[in-house]
Amino acid sequence: MALWARPAARCCCWLQRARLAALQRLRSSSEAVQARQGAAPLALLASRRGFLPWGWQAYRHVAVENCSQAASAQDGSSSSPESSLLPVKQEQAKPETVPDLNTEILCEDWDDVPPSSALEEISEEEAVQILADPPLPLQSSTLRDYVDHSETLTKLVQLGVDLSQVEKRQKAGQLLLTLDFEKDIKKILLFLKDVGVEDSQLGLFLTKNPYILGEDLEALETRVAYLKSKKFGNAEIAQMVSRAPYLLLFSVERLDNRLGFFKNELGLSVKKTKDLVIRLPRLLTGKLEPVKENLQVCQIEFGFQRNEIQQIAYKTPKILTASRKRLRQTFDYLHNIMGIPHHMLTRFPQVFNAKLLRIKERHKFLIFLGRAQYDPAKPSYISLDQLVSLPDEVFCTEIAKASIQDFEKFLKTI
Amino acid sequence: MPSPPPRKQAAGRSGWHGPERLGTARYSSVQLGTARHGMASIPAGLFAVYKPPGVSWCRVRDAVRARLLRELNEAPEPPPRQRIRFLPAAPGAGGEPGLVPTWVPVLAEHPLVRGPRFTQLKVGAGDRLDVKASGVFVLGVGHGNKLLTDRYHCHLTKVYTVGGLFGKVTEDFSDTGKLVEKATFDHITREKLERILAVIQGTNHKALLLHSNIDMKTQEAYELAVNGLIRPMGKSPPIITAIRCLQFALPEFQLEIYCVHETQQYLRKIVHEIGLELKSCAVCTQVRRIRDGVFTLDDALLRTQWNLQSIRNAISDCQLKVREELEKTLGHQDKSVPKMAHNNVAAR
Repeated sequence: MALWARPAARCCCWLQRARLAALQRLRSSSEAVQARQGAAPLALLASRRGFLPWGWQAYRHVAVENCSQAASAQDGSSSSPESSLLPVKQEQAKPETVPDLNTEILCEDWDDVPPSSALEEISEEEAVQILADPPLPLQSSTLRDYVDHSETLTKLVQLGVDLSQVEKRQKAGQLLLTLDFEKDIKKILLFLKDVGVEDSQLGLFLTKNPYILGEDLEALETRVAYLKSKKFGNAEIAQMVSRAPYLLLFSVERLDNRLGFFKNELGLSVKKTKDLVIRLPRLLTGKLEPVKENLQVCQIEFGFQRNEIQQIAYKTPKILTASRKRLRQTFDYLHNIMGIPHHMLTRFPQVFNAKLLRIKERHKFLIFLGRAQYDPAKPSYISLDQLVSLPDEVFCTEIAKASIQDFEKFLKTI
Repeated sequence: MPSPPPRKQAAGRSGWHGPERLGTARYSSVQLGTARHGMASIPAGLFAVYKPPGVSWCRVRDAVRARLLRELNEAPEPPPRQRIRFLPAAPGAGGEPGLVPTWVPVLAEHPLVRGPRFTQLKVGAGDRLDVKASGVFVLGVGHGNKLLTDRYHCHLTKVYTVGGLFGKVTEDFSDTGKLVEKATFDHITREKLERILAVIQGTNHKALLLHSNIDMKTQEAYELAVNGLIRPMGKSPPIITAIRCLQFALPEFQLEIYCVHETQQYLRKIVHEIGLELKSCAVCTQVRRIRDGVFTLDDALLRTQWNLQSIRNAISDCQLKVREELEKTLGHQDKSVPKMAHNNVAAR
């Protein structure tokens, strides 16, 4: 280890000598072995300088990689809000907001003009430029202080963006304040319109995902191009983007990975996978870990077959993102208490989306009336779909054949 | 001026309202409790909901609160306040350069900027029900929370129907717990059960007199008894004031229990002990509160009725009953205090 600490100049000499030795070694391995055995110090050196440059290189490589990672992290701060960022206080960037505000003009004027005496007369134009308003606060925890003075924020409010929601998001407030409507925001809005997000949805879209405003337009276009290359139609892309606003913040590789994940994990065909993510694009932008866990829960705890899981996931993709606790409770009640077999659950997977309390209430009411009969082979069969999806009035009159008042009275006895 | 002033008040204060002002003007529920013209006001009072079994009382309370807040925020808002700003004249207008007073809406008070008007609402819970129990559950909203404290000091009687099942013992005395033991129950008859119930009522009656801290040989005790107000007015163990059998069909039975200071687990334990006394064993299948003070099943709102209008109606329907009940109990209790005050006045 002492060798490492020696000055670099010495290293250079060794390097030269080492090169010779290395050449020798290359010539024949047996010779090299001899050399090592014969002249131990030389061999040691040879191995060292064989090792040393590599070590340096590796170190440099790692360092460069670190830098690039750091750089990409900085870039990514606006692109991927999920990535964990250093908690920078919102206030810090607030001073940058000044550019699009009126006070800025004032400050510039003062800078240009040499300090004049208070008694000096000023022209009408100059007088107009001076604003008597108190200056804006340099830091604030809310956008309310700036909205009356910022063109960008005013336009966004008129567009329907809920600033009270946006300001709660990390760094989103700073981002909006540093942007200029004409220069930065307009092009993104036009792009979103081109993609197919409806005008009335734009405000909601930006409320959910303000970070897209800081995104590079070309990157967005490549992502849309990627989706198009995967044979998604224009209307489908529009639907996916407006339902899952974060979709366009995902890089092409990530999108590709995620599409692949659903295809492999569920074992669906390409067309069905596409159909699945079009119906629930949230799957692509959400975390994948819960999806995996839910699939495990379905397979191991509930005992569904693999093809049954495929069917269930294809019919009701929502089940993949549902909370496991709720799924467990619902399945437990349906299977163990109501006695519904697996194949019926596969046929009507939408029962898993229903509220457990609702299933319980209706099941108990039907039992009380003696109508709880969920076997299609027998008469007066009640399908699970009818059980959960109908509103209370229709359920009472058509399924339970009772009045809504009776149902309400019954509910007060359980 | 391009547009007429919408409100006189705004015309008086021209120009910029400091950011501190906007920052501190947080919309607390108290501030908005007063009904302004055309705006939703927070209901205040007591009402009862029907708590379904399997849901904790916190979730019921939170659900009611969330629905109330949502409806209060959905109510129409007054038009945004306007203020005068001196803006530079448009260069194309041809007028002389200068500042022109202009009416502009205050964007800082726009609903999209300010956020929802109501962010918190005080919803308090009366006597609680545990997760497995169901029934009448009293909630207070707004100023009604004060009445909840008064109700607590009244130590009101609650009525439960309790379902039981002979022949089983579980760890937590309810039918969903882990099964510990089984027993036969064919020898039990309704008479035997009622005999046990009478014993329970008798022992509890003694406890009631003991904990009510009243000398039975006084006029005061007589008056209280006439009004039906003999009950412990401080801390006491759970006391059953009346118990009777509603249904008896082996192995199931159903009891009606009037009690004070109970917990639902205590009632389950009573069922278990009844089983043991009958030389068998029993678990509790259902604990359902059918009355809490003056709130009965008919007053309780079902899950589908937890909305602003129904709650307002329920509050106004029960207002009178609640006040009467509180006056009847607390008024009697405080009788000695006003007497003293009168004496003082007379002395002066």
